[in-house]
Amino acid sequence: MLNRRSFVTALGSTAILLPGLGGSMVFAKAATDRRFVFVIQRGAADGLATLAPVGDPAFASQRGVLAEDFAQATKLDSMFALHPALSNISALYASNEALFAHAVASPYRDRSHFDGQNVLETGGSAAYSVKNGWLNRMLALLPRDEAKGIAIAATVPMALRGPVEVASYAPSTLPDASDDLLTRVALLYANDPQLHAVWEQATATRMLTSDMAGGAGRNAAATGALAARLLSAPGGARIAMIESGGWDTHAQQRGRLAAQLRGLDGMVAALKQGLGPLWGNTAVLVATEFGRTVKINGTQGTDHGTGSMAMLLGGAVQGGRVVADWPGLSDAALYEGRDLRPTLELNALIGSAVAGHFGIEGPRAMAALFPESSRARVIDGLVRA
Amino acid sequence: MTAAAIALNRFGLGARPDQAALDRPQAWLLAQLDRYEPRPAAIAALPPTSTIAGNLSDYLEMQRQNRCQKRDENPGTMADRPQTPQRRRAAGYAPPPMSGEPMAGEAGLQDKGGIGAMAERGTAAPRDPVAQARRFARDQARSYYMGAVAARAQTALTSPSPFAERLVHFWANHFAVSVDKLVVIGLAGQLEFEAIRPHVMGKFGDMLQAVERHPAMLLYLDQAASIGPNSTGGQIAARRQNAGLNENLAREILELHTLGVRTGYGQGDVTELARALTGWTVAGLGRGAGARFVGIDGEPGSFVFAARLHEPGSRTVLGRPFAQAGEDQAAAVLDFLGTHPATARHITTKLARHFAGDDPPVALVARLETAFLKTGGDLPSLYRVLVDAPECWIAPPVKFKNPWEWSIGAMRALGLREVQPQAVTGLLTQLGQPVWRPGSPAGWDDVAASWAGPDAVMRRVEAAERMAGRISDTLDARARASQLFPAALSDTTAQAIARAESPSQGLALLLVAPESMRR
Repeated sequence: MLNRRSFVTALGSTAILLPGLGGSMVFAKAATDRRFVFVIQRGAADGLATLAPVGDPAFASQRGVLAEDFAQATKLDSMFALHPALSNISALYASNEALFAHAVASPYRDRSHFDGQNVLETGGSAAYSVKNGWLNRMLALLPRDEAKGIAIAATVPMALRGPVEVASYAPSTLPDASDDLLTRVALLYANDPQLHAVWEQATATRMLTSDMAGGAGRNAAATGALAARLLSAPGGARIAMIESGGWDTHAQQRGRLAAQLRGLDGMVAALKQGLGPLWGNTAVLVATEFGRTVKINGTQGTDHGTGSMAMLLGGAVQGGRVVADWPGLSDAALYEGRDLRPTLELNALIGSAVAGHFGIEGPRAMAALFPESSRARVIDGLVRA
Repeated sequence: MTAAAIALNRFGLGARPDQAALDRPQAWLLAQLDRYEPRPAAIAALPPTSTIAGNLSDYLEMQRQNRCQKRDENPGTMADRPQTPQRRRAAGYAPPPMSGEPMAGEAGLQDKGGIGAMAERGTAAPRDPVAQARRFARDQARSYYMGAVAARAQTALTSPSPFAERLVHFWANHFAVSVDKLVVIGLAGQLEFEAIRPHVMGKFGDMLQAVERHPAMLLYLDQAASIGPNSTGGQIAARRQNAGLNENLAREILELHTLGVRTGYGQGDVTELARALTGWTVAGLGRGAGARFVGIDGEPGSFVFAARLHEPGSRTVLGRPFAQAGEDQAAAVLDFLGTHPATARHITTKLARHFAGDDPPVALVARLETAFLKTGGDLPSLYRVLVDAPECWIAPPVKFKNPWEWSIGAMRALGLREVQPQAVTGLLTQLGQPVWRPGSPAGWDDVAASWAGPDAVMRRVEAAERMAGRISDTLDARARASQLFPAALSDTTAQAIARAESPSQGLALLLVAPESMRR
């Protein structure tokens, strides 16, 4: 669909000037030179179709036609194979710069995108119980000069909102009138149940910004390159959040998801290339609000589920492995008879990665980022010290 | 909605600013049944089917020559070809272009009529003449298509009988073709103008006969290529190439055009109807000895019955014998189907859904069915039942407009009387309902679930903003709103329009207001 916020198409060859982050500003040299990027996959990405448990005896029968994507895929180990569209990420895995965690989930157990994303971004245990984002609270743990975050989006997403001031960047070519009209249409439909619901979805989708498949992946690659420039500028941001949408594959999943994954793969490649030597100090988290149903639905897609997978990518990551306590895909093993059963807390993965990456004590990081589930176990060794 | 608003929007195509107040809405609707113009000026001005089909015929001939020439220059490629022109000529018939692949019409039309005429136009265009000709033919068909869409839209914008025009659109969708095939692109509008429009105020059975004989339908559903296996042509074809009976049209007649799916007919009935239909084909899309032999060389695009392709013998459809010979056999089956009780149920359910809501009221369907059977499928009798039915006059809107209805309604609301062809085709494609391109012979869905989606509504908002932006700032949206929806405008809409920051924003809000989205 047309995307009002697909800012990347507006990127020219000219240098980007950031309000408040201009070259003239001077920052103290940081104690570390770490970079952290959070790529949020909005719409519930299908972890089972991204990192497939091909060694699970129930995999082929449960996934049906979705399993065919992995017929020729290279297996990472005896259990898992990566989607063939992820060639760059596969190369990162081979050079021990990619770690995958499977059967992960946030504390959220229902299946609403918006509630699920709120939990994923706030770090709370229930939707709207925490008022700001864990990425912002993470900034508060860093030395003051390093506490610079930026959202590559028109507005600051929930995960980055909070007491620490952050920037957002998205060149916009939109006339204000259009956004204004959208707001007025929302009022116009406020008392009309059908149109109100439709409009809520329409605008929510639109807020999800660029989907990974847009512009045949060029949009995603441009986003990766932009993020790299923002993160490697002198005195630039240490932490960036990248929005991605288009993961809600209820119908015709195979082609759509392949295009999405190619976009994500190209974005990661562009990020790595743009960061140059800084890539060695970088950790990229890729995570989604929840997974999708194990079985294919009637429209060649999958519906909202529970357990999914997450990635840690970058030169700072102790990669080349899959972290999973595999629950199995047999009918009896499924969560509520339909979803991948979560066996690893996404919060534990995030908190542990952040703690290791920035040299913060595990329990302290966990308490700050996930105050309502702060007793999650810390996983050591996700990133290089 | 008030009775006037219902007449204008649910039955009509939306109010126009110059519409006089409707004191007697039902009488206004009924008068349109007499006032209806089957051939309004915009449509009468279009090129006739013979011209469009003639161009198509020229193109097919040119392709044949191009390919022959290619073979002459490059004889080694002949071995790759599954069928040589000589074989086709010996068979007497080459199936017209109905591969079913989108826009792939050329595939089956090559080499028609043998190689006899190849020397006539010896000089081919440089580079790849086949591709060039194809592009030219597609551009030409596309320009006919655009002209037809514009004529349809202009008629809908200006007609004094918008209720009747809505019925035209309804029937065209019932007998849908889709411009996914090159040979259908230029002819799709002609089906509506030549087979639907003359019969909208007549009998259903007459419309059925006209539609099934129209070149657009015969080509779209592969009937023109169907050959009776035991016919003269079929006997020759069977020895030479893979040609024979094609059941596509027969199946869709039973499933979509008349009885309806799962109404008791079986595969045997489909095959028998397909056999009865053999010989119903289109003239002028083949030339030379073969076409003459088969009997399909006449004015391009005209219906012909090719006796040499007709399957001999008596047929049995739904247990009833049809012993007629030749063309009359399929015509008799169609007469039988056109007044069948299952057809009555199927047709009247669709009509009721269109005017009384996505879940058509059972009692209304029953009354329509009775009228259909009593009158032998007299369509105006059905329209009168609809206009009289309380089920069609309930105050809350019963239908979410499809993109065509919304677009025409918006343009009427803005007072437009003329449209640019590109603007209409572009708008409808953007909104998800390209004209005459539903993608299947089932036509477009007539339920809200197919149209009231988030992306669809967002696109309407974007389109409304653009449309309103092109209108002069002198048009006052507040006045226009109360003019279009007298005593039927909600406070929310009135307020939103009144608070708009500019006249054009006010118009955009009017065009996407709930009152404009439904009928």
